[in-house]
Amino acid sequence: MGLLSKKDSKLILDPLADNNPITIQVLGICSALAITAQLKASIVMSISVLFVLGVGNVVISLIRNIIPSKIRIIVQLTVVAALVIIVDLVLKAFAYELSKELSVFVGLIITNCIIMGRFEAFALGNGPWRSFLDGIGNAAGYGVILIIVGFFRELLGSGTLMGVKVLGDPIEKTGLYAFGYENNGFMLLSPMALIVVGLIIWVQRSRNKALIED
Amino acid sequence: MGLKSNLHNLKEKYKGTKMAPAFNAIHTFLYLPNETTHNGTHIKAADDLKRTMNTVIMAMVPCLIFGMFNAGYQHHLALGSIEAAEGFLGSTFWTWDNLVIGIWKVLPLVIVSYGVGLLIEFIFAVIKGHEVEEGYLVTGMLVPLIVPVDLPLWMLAVAVAFGVVIGKEVFGGTGMNILNPALTIRAFLFFAYPTWMSGDKVWVHGAVERAGTADAISGETILGSYAQSQDVVYNYADMFFGLIPGSIGETSKLLIIFGALFLIFTKVGSWRIILSTLLGALAMGLIFNGVVDAGLITSSSKFYGLMSVPFWQHLIIGSILFGAVYMATDPVTAAQTNKGKWIYGFLIGFISIMIRVFNPAYPEGVFLAILLMNVFAPTIDHYVVQGNVKKRMKRLKVKTA
Repeated sequence: MGLLSKKDSKLILDPLADNNPITIQVLGICSALAITAQLKASIVMSISVLFVLGVGNVVISLIRNIIPSKIRIIVQLTVVAALVIIVDLVLKAFAYELSKELSVFVGLIITNCIIMGRFEAFALGNGPWRSFLDGIGNAAGYGVILIIVGFFRELLGSGTLMGVKVLGDPIEKTGLYAFGYENNGFMLLSPMALIVVGLIIWVQRSRNKALIED
Repeated sequence: MGLKSNLHNLKEKYKGTKMAPAFNAIHTFLYLPNETTHNGTHIKAADDLKRTMNTVIMAMVPCLIFGMFNAGYQHHLALGSIEAAEGFLGSTFWTWDNLVIGIWKVLPLVIVSYGVGLLIEFIFAVIKGHEVEEGYLVTGMLVPLIVPVDLPLWMLAVAVAFGVVIGKEVFGGTGMNILNPALTIRAFLFFAYPTWMSGDKVWVHGAVERAGTADAISGETILGSYAQSQDVVYNYADMFFGLIPGSIGETSKLLIIFGALFLIFTKVGSWRIILSTLLGALAMGLIFNGVVDAGLITSSSKFYGLMSVPFWQHLIIGSILFGAVYMATDPVTAAQTNKGKWIYGFLIGFISIMIRVFNPAYPEGVFLAILLMNVFAPTIDHYVVQGNVKKRMKRLKVKTA
């Protein structure tokens, strides 16, 4: 990372692993449960959050000195809401089917704790460039987990990836299905998302003992 | 010098190394160990944990053997190649042909269940460096008893791996689990592969591949028939003795009662839980009967079929009895206090019948009810203990005042 100083690159890399918003801070779980039944939806959700958090952090950081601290939550909400509306409208315009699938969860990005958390914890006290990096890093950390969970849930639950039938056709009985394989319906239910996230947390913490809190 | 001393030498040789737990496990599996249980909920007397587990397994063996005969009997009966057996000792039931089908279908389930489960236990024991725990011996026996006979083996293997890892090992192994591992496995199968776990095709061997052909056979369970308000073709004696389609080990109420008496006599199973579960089921059945008698529900309602079942009949259809005797009494996941056991058992029975009647998609609510109460058991215990503490404190105050 020649472009960034060591301190700045830490802002991006930390949330990807050792300070991941989902597996370590356990934020943003609701959307991780709700929309990860398909890989495509997970990816779109990740990109949406990347945009909202990246831009939002910069905006909040730019106006941080003129926000009265008593009404800062309302100001933050307004900023997120504006950005989420942009995302929502773009999705509706260019990916209507997908936006119907994501339905209310795009709107619910507003209440995603990761976003408000980063505004409060970082953007209010740091410059725009560093806030931008922090936003990108945290959104990427969120997206990585979403994509991992979405990958396994779609692969094992529907036998597809991005809608492509990678394991064969369950009705025509081709590919794996010819041997009697069947899709695991449990993977499509939300409890399984929680269990997959739990397994990721388990693996992560057993690899890095420092993450285990008492 | 036999196998025993060889194993003993191996055990000494590998003492303190990574593989030691694996050798110890084989040693104690085959021979009487010289250790007793030191801690955990299984502590009871100067027994090894293995003896507790073996007692439960012995109580289940009759159900397993009966299940093998029944698997063959239901198959042949559905094909029309034999006459219906009259009563428990009917001549067409205890036949060699029935047993062959039973062994052919049931034994692989037992082997897969034990093989996969024990393999995972061994792996965890080696990684974590503790002894292999005997807890899986009972789970491995329960699992084949509570699944349909035609379940594909790979599904069972996946479910066992899931149940042992998620249901038990992540919580710390035998004695630490919140949920009954055998029921976790069944719940996983039920939600993951519903077409193999419910409906009218899976309970009789051969029904699935014959579906849609001229040779189609049906094996609707009694609960399934009731849920669809159809006539039930089995008489009470068949239900009681178990000559009905169902999961492998849960059909014979007679043998389950024998198993229950054995468990109560050896003080391994809690009679409080068994009794209160049955009472809870009867209570809910009575309430539903009352609703029907009062005319609140008419035969046009989709609940009418199951609601109008005489309350006592709920005990001999479905697997409420099996759940009460072998599942609810699991000492790890049940309530620990005596008063708590009454509440815990009663609610299991109560909720089981409620799910059975209200949700036609889950005609067998027993496993869900037990899992739910497993989760609440510590809460029940907490309030029972706190209530006792409060009572004592009051008494103390009266005395000092």
